[in-house]
Amino acid sequence: MVALALDLKANAAKALADIELQRALLNVKRGFVTKRAEAKARLPEFDRLRDEARAIKLHTLSHLDLYLEYYERKVAESGGHVHYAPTAEDAREIILKLCRDAGAKLVTKGKSMVSEEIGLNVCLEGAGIEAVETDLGEYIAQMRHEAPSHLIAPIIHLNKETIAGDFRRAHAGLAPGRTLASAADLVAEARAVLRQKFLAADVGITGANLLIAETGTSVVVTNEGNADLTQSLPKTHIVIASIEKLVPTLEDSCTILRLLARSGTGQEITTYTTFSTGPRREGDADGPRDYHVVLLDNGRSEMLGGTFNDMLACIRCGACLNHCPVYATIGGHAYGSLYTGPMGAVLTPALVGIDHARDLPNASSLCGRCEDVCPVRIPLPSMLRAWRERDFARGNPTFLERTALKLWAYATKRPRLYHALSGATMKVLAALAGRSGRLKRLPFAGAWTQSRDLPAPQGKTFHQLYAKRTRG
Amino acid sequence: MSVSEENRTKVLDRVRDALGAHAPDRWREVNVRHRLVTHPSGTIPARSLGNHEACLALFSGMLASQGANFARVHDPEGVVKAIAGYLTDLELPTELRISEEPVLVTLPWLLAPRLKQVYGAPSPSDKVGLSRAIVGAAETGTLFLVSGAGNPTSLNFLPETHIVLVDAGDVVGSYEAAWDRLRGLYGEGTLPRTVNWISGPSRTADIEQTIIRGAHGPKRLAVVILDG
Amino acid sequence: MTKDLTRDAPLVGLLVTCLVDLFRPAVGFAAIKLLEDAGARVEIPLSQTCCGQPAFNSGDRADAKAIARQVVDSFEGLDYVVAPSGSCAGMLKQHYPSLLADDPAYAERARALAAKSYELTRFLVEVLQLERVDARFAARVTYHDSCASLRETSSGGAARQLLASIHGIDLVELPDSEACCGFGGAFAVKYPDISSAIADAKLRNITATGASCVVSCDLGCLMQIAGKLSREGQKVQVRHIAELLADMIDAPPIGKEQI
Repeated sequence: MVALALDLKANAAKALADIELQRALLNVKRGFVTKRAEAKARLPEFDRLRDEARAIKLHTLSHLDLYLEYYERKVAESGGHVHYAPTAEDAREIILKLCRDAGAKLVTKGKSMVSEEIGLNVCLEGAGIEAVETDLGEYIAQMRHEAPSHLIAPIIHLNKETIAGDFRRAHAGLAPGRTLASAADLVAEARAVLRQKFLAADVGITGANLLIAETGTSVVVTNEGNADLTQSLPKTHIVIASIEKLVPTLEDSCTILRLLARSGTGQEITTYTTFSTGPRREGDADGPRDYHVVLLDNGRSEMLGGTFNDMLACIRCGACLNHCPVYATIGGHAYGSLYTGPMGAVLTPALVGIDHARDLPNASSLCGRCEDVCPVRIPLPSMLRAWRERDFARGNPTFLERTALKLWAYATKRPRLYHALSGATMKVLAALAGRSGRLKRLPFAGAWTQSRDLPAPQGKTFHQLYAKRTRG
Repeated sequence: MSVSEENRTKVLDRVRDALGAHAPDRWREVNVRHRLVTHPSGTIPARSLGNHEACLALFSGMLASQGANFARVHDPEGVVKAIAGYLTDLELPTELRISEEPVLVTLPWLLAPRLKQVYGAPSPSDKVGLSRAIVGAAETGTLFLVSGAGNPTSLNFLPETHIVLVDAGDVVGSYEAAWDRLRGLYGEGTLPRTVNWISGPSRTADIEQTIIRGAHGPKRLAVVILDG
Repeated sequence: MTKDLTRDAPLVGLLVTCLVDLFRPAVGFAAIKLLEDAGARVEIPLSQTCCGQPAFNSGDRADAKAIARQVVDSFEGLDYVVAPSGSCAGMLKQHYPSLLADDPAYAERARALAAKSYELTRFLVEVLQLERVDARFAARVTYHDSCASLRETSSGGAARQLLASIHGIDLVELPDSEACCGFGGAFAVKYPDISSAIADAKLRNITATGASCVVSCDLGCLMQIAGKLSREGQKVQVRHIAELLADMIDAPPIGKEQI
C-alpha cells in the first residue's frame, strides 16, 4: 500500500481549516449527489438493477476459482497472457520484467487504483523507466507527488490557480508568458504534452473496471479517452487488476455498466467504454502486439467467504464517498489511505490490518447513506461495526474510551444503581446550568463543549418524575 | 514449478481455501458453465424496448444530449454531403483520414471534390477521422466500433474531429441486443482485439468540475445515420 | 391524567431511552399522552436503562448482548414496545435479532421483540391509526430526518403527516433532509471536529428554511443541533417532535433558558 500517515484526527483538523479544500468539497456534494439522483430518476429500473448487480458479484465471488480459470483460458485463446500476483511485490516484479523485456523507456498509464496500491510508478521510476499518468487528474496528482483524493475525481481538492502553478513548474520548456487562466487552457496544454507521451510510449498500462470471463476481456471506462490511447498505441498493453474485478458474461457487464457511471457521476454512461481482448489480430490495422493481464490478490482471497466478502463486490463507483458526511467535510487525503470514504474505511483494514487503520472505521456516524447509494448494496455500516468489534477485541481503544464504555455498561446493567446515580448526576448538571438551560463548559466534556453548548438536563430524570406521578 | 506456476497455484489455492472449494463439485461447475454458455440477460431498461423508430429517436436524442452532432440521411450521397457540410460549417480541415471499411471506401466522394480522402492508420497530424460503427445501442446513444483489418482503433481517438457512420438498420435498443449482433458476426465467446463503446466527444471535469471537451480524444463527435 | 381505557386497548411498553430519561423527561410524558390519547395503555418497565447502542456501535458486542437481554426481559409480555427515538427503536428492530441469534434462550424472543418494536410516530400512524393530532403551534417548523428514523424505522412519512396536521403550523421541508447531523452517538465526542463540521452543514440548511423551530424524532440529533445553534447564538428553537404533537410545550426548548 502507498504508505501515508494514518493520523486521521490531525489530518481532519487541517482539512477542516483549509478554506480552498472546503470550497472544493462543496462541489462533490452539489454536483455528484444531485446528478446521481437525477440519473436514478431517469432510469426506473435502477433499483432492480442494483439487486441484480449484487447477485452477479456475489455469485462470481462464490465461484471465483472457476471463473478465474475460465477467464485465464479465454485470454490465452485470444493470444494474451495471464499472470497471477499473490502480493504487491509479485505484481511489481512481473510488470517490471514485462517492461524490461519490451525494452521500455517510457510507459503511459491509464487510471488504476490498483497500480497505486502496489506502488508501481515508484518501482518503475526506480528502474529508470519513465511512467506517466495520462488521466488528467492523476497526471496532476503525479506532478504534485500526491495521491488522488477521490476514487473518480482525483484532484477535486485543487483549484485551477494551483494547477496552473504546477503546470508552469512541470512544463518548464513551454513559453513562460503563455496564458493558463482557464480550465480550457490547462486541458489544452495537458492534451498537447501528453499526446507526445502517448505516441512515444513503449508500454501502456491500464487498470480494469471489469474483467469478463466469457470472452477473456478487460473493460476500461473513461471520459477522456486516455486509457484508449494508452492501450492501443504502444507495442505492449499490460492490464493490472485485482481478482474480484471478474464478472461472468457480457450481459453481466451490461448490468454493472448501467449502474457505474450513474452512481458515480450521474452520467448515463462514460464517454468511452472499451473492451479489450488479447493482442492485435493478424491483419489488424493497429493495436499492441502483446497483451498481458496481471491478476492481483494482495489480501482479497482472505476476505472471500468471510465477514467482509461483500466488500469485494465494490465496483469503485465513488457514490459512497460522494454521499458520506465525513468525506464531505474532510476530503480524501485526511483519511491517510489510498482508498477513502466508506469503502476505504472497510477495505483498508482488510488490506493493512485493523491495528494500522483503526481510525477509518471509527470515524463514522454510521448514518447509513453509503449503503443507501451503493450500486451493489454493500452493507457498509455493518462492516464498519464489524471492524469496530475486531478493534475492541484487540484492545485497541484508548484507556479513556474503554473506561467510559465499561462504566456505562456497568451502570446500565444495574437499573437501581443507574437510576440512583443518574438522578444525582442530572441534579448537579441542572444546577450548574442554572436558568440558562445550557452548559458552555463542563469538566471531562471538553470534546463536546469545545464546539457546542451542552443542553442542560431538566434536573429530574424521567424515572424519578414518573415514580412521583404514580405515587401521587 | 516456475515462479509463475507457483504464483498461480498460490492464488487459486487461497481462493479455494476461502471458499471451501477444494473438492471437485459438479454443481458449482454446472452453475458456472451454465451461466457462461447461456449468458442470461438481466433487466433491460424499458427505454431500450421500443420499436425501430423509437430506437432511432432515442439514439439520436441521447447522442445529442451527450455533445455529439447528428445527421440522418437517406443515401450514400447524403452521407458525403452531410460530412462536407459539417466540415464546412465549422470551418474544419477538409482532409479526412478514413478507415478502410468497404462502405466508407465506396462512398461517392466525387460529390465533394473539396474533401481529400486518405485511408488507413492515422498519423498524429490528422485532424479529421471517419470510421464506421458496426452497431449502435440506443439506450445511451452508444456507438460500437471494432478493430479489424482496415479499422484502426487509433483513428477513433487521435484526430480532433471524429465522424462516425452507422446504418439505421444497425441501431438496436439495448447493449444486449448489440452484443448479440457481435456474436452473430464473431461467434460465441470471442471478440476482436478492441470493441469501443463511444457515446460522445472526449471530455474531462477534473479541473474544478468544469466540463472541457477534447481532453485526450476527439473534441468533436459527429454521427451520420444512413437510413435508406 | 390516564384515560379510562378498555382492556382491549393495546398494551404498550414505553422504551424511554437514556437520553430522554436523563436529559428531557418531558419527551417521555409527551409520548405517554400521545399513546394514551390514541387509545393505548402505557406501561413503563422499571428495569430499563439503555438499549445497548453505545456498546454495540463501539464494538463491545458482549455488553451489547447483555443489555439486549435485559431489554428483552424487561419488555416481555407487552403487545408493543415504542420508543420516542428512531435509533433506539432501530436498535431493537434491526439489530437485536442478529445480536442474539446465537443465544438459544433469547434468539426467538429477540425476534419477537423486534417484530413488535416501533418508533413513536410510525406506531401512532400505522398501528394506532392516528391520522392527525389535536395540537396547535403557529410557527414555521422544519423537520430533520434522523438517520435511524429514516433508514431503520422508515418514520419520515408518519412524522410529516402528524406534523402537518398541527393547527397553524407552517411546515417547510429541510433542504438535504437526508443528510446526517453529525451526532452518531459516541462519534460526536470521539471525533468532535468532524462531528461539529457536519453539524455546520445541517445548520446552514436549517437557517435557509427560515424556520423558527426544528424538530426530529431523535433527542441525540436534537441535542447536537441545539448545542450548535446555542453556541452560535441563534434563536431557532429545538424540540422533540413528541412535544409539538402532544401540545406539551411548557418546558423551554432544548438548550434554551427558562423564562
